[in-house]
Amino acid sequence: MTDSHVLKAPSVVAKRQRRANLRRNAFYLALIALGLVAPFIAYPVFLMKILCFALFACAFNLLLGYAGLLSFGHAAFLATGGYTTGYLLASYPGLTPELGIIAGTLVATLLGVLFGVLSIRRQGIYFAMVTLALAQLMFFVFIQSPFTGGEDGLHGVPRGELFGFISLRSNMAMYYFVFTIFLFGYALIQRTVHSPFGQVLKAIRENEPRAISLGYNVDAYKLVAFVISAALAGLAGSTKTVVFQLASLTDAHWHMSGEVILMTLLGGVGTLLGPIMGAGLVVSLQHILSQSPLGNWVSVMLGLIFVVCVLSFRSGIVGELGAIYRKNFK
Amino acid sequence: MTMIFGVPMAVFMGQLTLGLVNGAFYALLSLGLAVIFGLLKIVNFAHGAQYMLGAFAALLGFRYLGINYWLALVLVPLVIGGLGMLVERFLLRRIAHLDHLYGLLLTFGLALIFEGTLVNLFGVSGARYATPEILQGGLNLGFMFLPTYRAWVLVAALTMCLFTWFMIERTRLGAYLRAGTENSQLMQAFGVNVPLMITLTYGFGVGLAAFAGVLAAPLYPVSPTMGSSLLIVVFAVVVIGGMGSILGAILTGLGMGIIEGLTKVYYPEAANTVIFLVMILVLMLRPAGLFGKEA
Repeated sequence: MTDSHVLKAPSVVAKRQRRANLRRNAFYLALIALGLVAPFIAYPVFLMKILCFALFACAFNLLLGYAGLLSFGHAAFLATGGYTTGYLLASYPGLTPELGIIAGTLVATLLGVLFGVLSIRRQGIYFAMVTLALAQLMFFVFIQSPFTGGEDGLHGVPRGELFGFISLRSNMAMYYFVFTIFLFGYALIQRTVHSPFGQVLKAIRENEPRAISLGYNVDAYKLVAFVISAALAGLAGSTKTVVFQLASLTDAHWHMSGEVILMTLLGGVGTLLGPIMGAGLVVSLQHILSQSPLGNWVSVMLGLIFVVCVLSFRSGIVGELGAIYRKNFK
Repeated sequence: MTMIFGVPMAVFMGQLTLGLVNGAFYALLSLGLAVIFGLLKIVNFAHGAQYMLGAFAALLGFRYLGINYWLALVLVPLVIGGLGMLVERFLLRRIAHLDHLYGLLLTFGLALIFEGTLVNLFGVSGARYATPEILQGGLNLGFMFLPTYRAWVLVAALTMCLFTWFMIERTRLGAYLRAGTENSQLMQAFGVNVPLMITLTYGFGVGLAAFAGVLAAPLYPVSPTMGSSLLIVVFAVVVIGGMGSILGAILTGLGMGIIEGLTKVYYPEAANTVIFLVMILVLMLRPAGLFGKEA
């Protein structure tokens, strides 16, 4: 990006850089402000659903967009986080929600280490198939385990009191808690992507043999990316369980792994904001369709969007907008 | 009664046959995936849906057009295979120059469309397809009772597998296909119509899936979701065997079917998951797959 500035005087470069930073910060502040006032405009539970899925999609995008690894099994981490948190909060009434969420995230992280070690042994489409198969294994584990409630799932998970004294029973309080978690997850991803670690990930995505020949331990980088992604997916699942007070097999089904791919693809693979927009659109679409006579056609619609995206819209909405912006305003 | 490791002989043999029949389906489907992957380099995620369409086509053809089982066994693979060729020609070809993951995503979208549409039209509960009269009943082999239809499925599926193997390994067309798998640009330079070959190959792979679907129709309830869960198991089978070799795909398919069948006898709780566990084991010990070259 900075290549074209190399020949210019350093002060000009610094000024441009400062201005770009300023613009970015202003943009983020505007988004945060929007997030803060949003629950006064729209139904908070709906917004929380979007935020949970946005975090899930951002986590997935870290792997696909920046490491070039297509996981078809991210539902497993979402569900593991959700079930763990749900089970703990329902069985130990004294447990505060933030501890439940941390526990769920940790278990999902452990699962991420396990799956990561296995799946990065294969590349490309094999990686996709391995992750899908591992997630299906977890699906059967969840069906058969006694603590998940089998086909019924877990219901009536208490929201409890944050840190032991802030009641989350009101949707407003819950919303700001979820919003904070989302900001934390997003910031972590943003930092990861822009760190030297993230640059190496991109190098691996672009040309793996070359990254190897430059002396990078490619497998270690992939594994760390996989684990971060799994952990944040687990965080999203845990938070979702607290919000909706339930955990069910829907979260573990391969449809869910497909949905998160679609959210990322639709919004823009490899863009930071794309997955958020994709999650917002897909969740809204599901919401609108479920209340219309077309309610049963949701999965057909998602399939159609998939096909259209792949055929003619591969950089996603944010990606396309970015291209238009660069073409006309720079 | 004879016992094998504490299980009655008849039960043991019965589960073994069931496992072999399932294994025959794994073999047919992973073979189709391998053929498509060889030339197109994409994983056909719609394979399960196309298998399901095969079963549905047999069911509906019988219900509305009076097409009998034997005719369906020939016609349905041709029709669904033809449909597959249209998909290749008008959709997959447009993204052939891109990263092959896009092919996976596109076919995944197609699978959602097929499955979702049929769920809306026919519901999720399965319909029954009558076993053809001549294949009803069973043979008493003395040590076990062998249902005729299962025996037939085994024979038909294995014949089809061997036919495919013969076509690819021993005919001129197959030689083109193998050469195209190695280097399709060079093939085109030699004057072979590679795009046509790709279309035919995809059609053939889809036809194999539809053939498996027709075979499965009298055996399992015909429902829109019958393909997707099966496909994930087939993916695991493919990871175990690797997609490099035709015979490897057939052997792995049958072997996994048998392992699954035996697990049902000795530890039924793990019957759903044993193939995935084998996959994990293979990934740890031999990451390239049993018959695979390092990819």
